[in-house]
Parts: sequence; structure tokens; C-alpha cells
Amino acid sequence: MSPLLDVSNLGVTFDTPSGIVRAVRDVSFQISAGSTVAVVGESGSGKSVTAQAIMGLLPRPASINSGKILFRDSSVDSADSGVVDIAKLDPRSEAFRTIRGNRISMIFQEPMTSLSPLHTIGDQISEALLLHREATPEEAKALSVDMLAKVGFPDPARAYDTYPFELSGGLRQRAMISMALVCRPSLLIADEPSTALDVTIQAQILKLIKDLQQELGMAVLMITHDLGVVANMADEVVVAYHGQVMERGSARDIFAKPEHPYLKALLKAVPHFDMKDGERLVPLREIKHEAGNLLREREMTPTDHKDDHPILSVRNVSKSYLTRSHKGLFVSASSIRPLLAVNDVSFDIKRGECLGLVGESGCGKTTLSKIIMRSVDPDCGEVVFTNDGKETDLLHLNDHQLVPTRRKIQYIFQDPFSSLNPRMTVHDLLSEPLVIHGIGDVTYRREFVQELMNLVGLDPRWLNRYPHSFSGGQRQRVGIARSLALKPELVLCDEPVSALDVSVQAQILNLLKDLQSDLGLTYLFISHNLAVVDYIADRIAVMCAGQIVEVAAREDLFRNPMHPYTQALVSAVPYPDPDHPLNFDALVEGQASAPARWPQPFGPRQDVPTPLLDSGGGHLIRAHEVPVNSGGAS
Amino acid sequence: MLEYLIRRIFSMILTLAAISVLVFIIIQLPPGDYLSTYIAELQSQGEMVDEEKIEFLRHQYGLDRSMPEQYLTWVWGLLQGDLGYSFEYNLPVNEVVGDRLFLSMVLNFATIIFIYLMSFPIGVYSATHQYSWGDHGLTLIGFLGLATPNFLLALVLLYFANVWFGTSIGGLMDPQYLDQPWSMDKAMSVAAHLWVPVVVIGTSGTAGMIRRLRANLLDELHKQYVVTGRAKGLSPGKLLIKYPLRMALNPFIADIGNLLPQVVSGSVIVSSVMSLPTTGPMLLSALQSQDMYLAGSFLIFLALLTVVGMFVSDVLLTVLDPRIRLSGRTRA
Repeated sequence: MSPLLDVSNLGVTFDTPSGIVRAVRDVSFQISAGSTVAVVGESGSGKSVTAQAIMGLLPRPASINSGKILFRDSSVDSADSGVVDIAKLDPRSEAFRTIRGNRISMIFQEPMTSLSPLHTIGDQISEALLLHREATPEEAKALSVDMLAKVGFPDPARAYDTYPFELSGGLRQRAMISMALVCRPSLLIADEPSTALDVTIQAQILKLIKDLQQELGMAVLMITHDLGVVANMADEVVVAYHGQVMERGSARDIFAKPEHPYLKALLKAVPHFDMKDGERLVPLREIKHEAGNLLREREMTPTDHKDDHPILSVRNVSKSYLTRSHKGLFVSASSIRPLLAVNDVSFDIKRGECLGLVGESGCGKTTLSKIIMRSVDPDCGEVVFTNDGKETDLLHLNDHQLVPTRRKIQYIFQDPFSSLNPRMTVHDLLSEPLVIHGIGDVTYRREFVQELMNLVGLDPRWLNRYPHSFSGGQRQRVGIARSLALKPELVLCDEPVSALDVSVQAQILNLLKDLQSDLGLTYLFISHNLAVVDYIADRIAVMCAGQIVEVAAREDLFRNPMHPYTQALVSAVPYPDPDHPLNFDALVEGQASAPARWPQPFGPRQDVPTPLLDSGGGHLIRAHEVPVNSGGAS
Repeated sequence: MLEYLIRRIFSMILTLAAISVLVFIIIQLPPGDYLSTYIAELQSQGEMVDEEKIEFLRHQYGLDRSMPEQYLTWVWGLLQGDLGYSFEYNLPVNEVVGDRLFLSMVLNFATIIFIYLMSFPIGVYSATHQYSWGDHGLTLIGFLGLATPNFLLALVLLYFANVWFGTSIGGLMDPQYLDQPWSMDKAMSVAAHLWVPVVVIGTSGTAGMIRRLRANLLDELHKQYVVTGRAKGLSPGKLLIKYPLRMALNPFIADIGNLLPQVVSGSVIVSSVMSLPTTGPMLLSALQSQDMYLAGSFLIFLALLTVVGMFVSDVLLTVLDPRIRLSGRTRA
């Protein structure tokens, strides 16, 4: 039997003003009916373009210049006549439109933007049926509601009439999936379907795709950069790099004995839980960097002898926002009372350590970092910063008093694109903090800025360039250099690598690690990526629904998670190892982050706030009593 | 929703009250009043001015009373539909304005419809065929339309109509129908004359609208949800109308608030040049001669239209855009 989809020698070119770019070159692979093929690669590897070519969704300057895409349409019975060469079809033609959305459909990365905000979910789902199935509006509605139930909407009839912005990210992606599958396609193309989602939601969506794949007997083409997702989902893997296929084969073979150096390097660049102590990630391109003299000459408080006094001590900080009261079913905050974004949070950061802060989106971790930076004022609590033996409560400083402390605490932002002013040169960006605080004269600043560039491994000759001429990783290094310009003691890193490719991520993580030991920095490292935090942090705090639920040393936390939420998080992380699959059955249905669903002694009790208890060895856990069988369940 | 409407209407009334005070004060700001302007005019022509008659008139018009009193009388009249008395025309304002207001509305509504009819197809074509020859050509014409001053276009048209056809296209109807009661023939004459000012006034509006629609639509066309729609197998035309075009409409609905007052007061210069019997030139002269009730009525009417226009566009946006409707339910 011929495969469902047979891509052979596909080539796609982009006609750009600066010449013809061959985005995809000589790519071949097959997908047989009902199987899952994953295309893995970094951004720019041509994986998304391949998917767009199959769907006939190539952007205007792109065109297929060679190769075939043979699609065997299972709706046509005869063995041979059902085969269509998609590459030959005009993407705007009627013939192609009857395939698109009908026999082959697609889901996208961003569930926030992929649905029209002006139309109800039901309208957008049933549209596909009206187009391809000649269904009456009533039939279409019935089938759509049916599909919504299949993808796990609690009240599908009601969901039919909701608008996308009333749903959470996970539910939107479910709506998107039901839209793609409502016509029962024989091939589903999933372009990074879970990348924008939290780890527990990601696991749920992956499970959903797997379940529906079995139920509907369709094939899945998975486009992703996440090797963990690949290992859990794919039967076959295609590794793409610079528009070419580097390696392909069954998932088991690929992970067991990677042949191509690129794939080997990629596997080494991804942090995972099984890393040995002190094992370093190997980025694809190592960056060389050096710390110069000017940076080292800081007002040397003896950072080497670790005094026990924490550099930063956060005590009982709370911050609430007034939420809008929704009558919609699915909006999480259905209450009229103020939403506690940060709820009585206390922790210490010791001098010279890296404290990781993990949690899902909306758990309050970024609000917390902003409180420490004093860009958000909390309702109550105190944040004590200790420097040179002097304690200062940051929350009670006025704007003027705050200025000297600003030099000691700096911030690294998540998005390297929007956090650098596009109209300033790198030199201006890096010297701006010095100018603001009136440090040094022009010659000193110039020399210092060059040193900063060397520090993050960038060529000082690039100082006159503007941010747009740098790649994402390079920009992030500029951001790091800027935050180090004032020789801070404490650096808050808010998701510094989550916008970057895996290979670049390894670079940045190693850089941050080296800088920490070279300059004696203290980090608060915020991330939703557990493996990344596990790699860089010394101690880890897990945050959920505004509260810290568990704090422990790195070695202890993910090996021996005690709190049900931490356990849910850890069990939802996909490993890049087919022999270590996600336990889909153990997935907590719904939200693991709802405190009301936690079993006793973790769940809330009437009128008693749940305390943070020490279960021994500095392993703190939020529970009413330390669970007896602590250690084991994971 | 009901509470929102009531609050809006209440704030509209407050706004109008504030505007009426401002309007009244600003009209009165220049030294003197209509009568002193009038006397100065008479004296410059060497005529005798009877002091007693002046006093009588001043008392007659209530100009001898204090400002607040005058204001209250005026506002009280407004509420009862009495717009006051025009000094210049020696007629109640209602009668002075009557026909002109109607004709301006006809003219400007026709212009708005013209703008929409012309600019929508062209704007959509320009956006969907970005950087094609058609787009470039239409863009060029659009820029020409934007750059040419309206009155210049009016003069050029007036000149050529006279030279080539020997007709006067000034005015909104043939002279024989002026001051005649409305009849079928008169209406036909108006229709025959209407197109010239409509084209003249509409060109720049059309050009501007094309540019804005093109820009809005281009933004939307690159959004992810459009790709989703294509992936669903929608035909390009259906897709365009249902998703991006609908999204691109929001700014235009929000614009209604600005359109309504334009319908009445717009195109002053063109009306002067083409001697159109619309309200624009009249407002101008009323302000110059301090004909305060006439000017005041106009300004209040414009304010009313602006406020109502804003209200209508806000309510329409709420109805059409679920994001505003549903996430706006705040602070209960």
C-alpha cells in the first residue's frame, strides 16, 4: 500500500529582494496512514515551510520549485486515481480547497491568535463542515458540539457560543483541534501545537492528539523543536537543518543511536533531569568570552566567604489585583473578590546562589520579580536587601533613596526583541546605565562597554550596530551585558531563555552559569521550564496560584517531589527518550494548579492558611502536616 | 448594558451643557455685540443713528440684560425648540436655517456615500493586491486626490464646465427654482447639480479612506487567524469578507462620531467657491457679524451631532465587537 503522504525531493524557494533563498532543499519523507511523523529542527530549519507547502499555505514570495507531494486521498476508493500531487495544484484552486481543511488540516502554535476574536468558537468550527460536508446548519452545529465534547470541553453546547478570548490558552487549543478535526481528515499537521502552553497543559494536549488520532485513525505530521515532545509522540522522526533533512528514521533508532553530528549535538544541548552533577550542556556553537579588569574591580565585599545572611529576604509579600467578574463559564477567576496574584510569599536568597522559581503562567512569578524591582507595589510585606552588611527594606524607600540600590539589583528580560530599544546602538544601550548613574567619563565608559561585549562573547567591533542586526541569542547577550553594566550583586532573570532555540538556549545558560561564578553574582532565575531550572539553579522554589508550595535543593526537588503540584509538574515534562514516555494515564485531568483539588494535607482547610513546613534538610513544603510517606511518589 | 447607556446619556447631557456655556461665552468674547457692529456699519456709511431706536432694539433683543440672564433665556428657548432670532436676517433662526440645513445634509450624505462606494472596493483591491501595478496606480491617484486642495479642484471644474459646456455648475439647483416650493423638477435639478460638489468634496475623503482601509486590512491580512481560515479551505473571497474585512471595519465605525458633524458643517470653502446654499458659509458670516443666536444655534447643533455620533459609534462597536461587549463588563 502506498503511503498516505509521500514528499519527495521537495524544494521551496523564497523570492526576496536580496535574492533567491532556498528555504527547503531536497526534502523527502513519507507518512503512512495512522502514523505520526515528527519534523524536528531549530527556527530557520525549514520545518514550518514544509508544512505550509503541504497545506498550500506558503506566503506570497515563496514557491515550490521542485519535487512532489503525493497525497493519497482515502475518500476516493480506487487504488490509484486517488493520488494527487499537491505540489502541482494551484493553492487557490477549487481542487486544493476541497483537500485543505477537509482531508488535510492543520493546527498552529499560537492558540491566542489563530482564532478570530470576532466569531464564536461554534461559528468557526461549523464553518468547515458547511464548506466541505454540505451539512445543514443544524447538522453542522450538532456535529461541532459533538466534536467539542470529544476534545474535552466540560459543557460543549455552551462552549459553542463562546468567543475565543473567553477561554484559557489550553481550551483555545482544544477548540482549534476540534476545528481541524471536525471534518475527520486523514492527515493532521500540528505546527508546534503545545509550545505556547504550560507543561501540564502541554501534556494534556499531547494526550488529546494521541487519543483522537487513534479514534479517528488519522496520521499526524508534528512540527516541533522539542525533542521531548518528539520522543513521546512520534513513530518516525525527520531532523531538519537549514532546509535539508539531516537524518530520518524510526523514533527509537533516532534517539538510541543518532548518526548525524547535528542531531547528536542537538541532543547534548538540551537540559534534562538525568544530567550528572556538574555536567555541562554542549551548545552547537560555543561562545568564547572573558571578564576584563574593569569588571572585576568591584567594591569587593568578601563574597567568597559565604556569610549566612541572605542577600535578599522576602517576607510575607502579597499583591492582589481586582479581577473583572465574568459570567462566562470558563474564565478561571469567576469570583468577584480580588485575585491574589502573590499570596503571602516568603523566601530568602543566599549570597552567591541561584534560586530557581518555577511555575506556570499566571502563577504570580513575574509579579513577584516586579515587586522586588519595585515596578509593582505589593499590598503588604517586606523585601530586605542586604549589602555591605547594611539591611534596607526596598519597599519603604522612596524613588530618590531607591537609586543607589538600583545599581545592585538588575533584571534580564524574557523577550530579547522588545527589551532593546531599536533606535539605540549597542554602545548606547550598554552605556546608558552608566550615564544614568553618572559613572565614569566618556573614555572610561567606552572601555567598559567594550569589556562588557567581551564578557558576553560579542565582538566589540559591533558596538555601533543596532539591535535588529543581531540574532535572538546575540540580542539576549546584549541584554545580559546591559544588566551587568552596573556591576550588580543580584540579577533577576525572568525567563531569559524561553524565547530562544534549544542550541542557543544552551549557550545562554552556560554563559549565565560562567558569569555567576566569575563575578560572584546571585541569581533569581524565573522559568516555566523545569529542566532549565534544574540545570542552572542551586535551590528551587515552586510557585502555584500565588503561593510557594515547595522549596528544596535542586538535587532533592525533582527527584523527590512531595507536593502534589510539583509531582504533577514533574510528571508532565516530556523526556527526549522513547523509553521514558509520559504517563498519560496519571495526568491530572483539568487543572493541577487549583489548590482546591489537592488532597489533604495539602489542600486548603477552612479558615486555616496552609503553612510552609520543613520536612527536613531545608525541604520546605506547603501542607498542614508533613506527609508520612514523604519520598516515593513521583 | 442598560446602566451603561444611562450613564452615557447622562454624561452626554453634561457635556452639552458645558459646551453651551462655552459657546455662549466665546461668541460674546469680542468687544461689543451685534448692535454695536451694526451701528458702526451705519455710521461708516454716514447715516444717522437714532439713539432711542438703538436703545429700543437693545431692550427688544434682551442685550441689555446680564450675561447669565441672556444665557438662560437662550438655553430655555433651545430646549423648547426656539433657536432665537437672527439679527442679520431679521428672521427667526429656524426660518433662516431651514432649507440650507436640509440641502447641506443631502450634499454631505451624498458625499459620504460616494466616499464609501469608491474607497471600499479600491481599498480592498489595493490591500489584496499589494505592490501590484493596480495598487501602485490607484495609490498614485489617491495621493493626487489627497494633495489637491478641494477649492482648487472646484475652480478648475467650474472653469472647464463653463468653457466646454457653457453651463454654470455653481449652486445646487437651476436659478429658476431658488425660493420655489419643493417639486419634482426642483428635486431633479438638485440631483443634476449635486454630483459636481460631491466629487469635489469627496475626492480627498476617498483618497484618505483608501489609504486607511488599505493599511488596516494589510495589518489584518497577515494575522494568524487568516491563515487558519485558509487552512480550513475557505475560498479567498469568503475568507476576506468574513474575517479580515470585518476586523478592519472597527476604525471606520469608530469614525462615525467625526462624520456626523462633518455632514453639517463640512466643506465651507468649497461651498463658498461654488456658492452652494449650504450651512457652512452662513456659519462663517454669522460668526463674523456676531449674529449670536444664529452662530450659537449652529455650534450647539454641531456639538449635539458630535456627541450623538460618538455615542452611536460606541454602541455600534459594542454590538459588533464581542471583545468590547463581553470583556467590558467590569466593575460591577
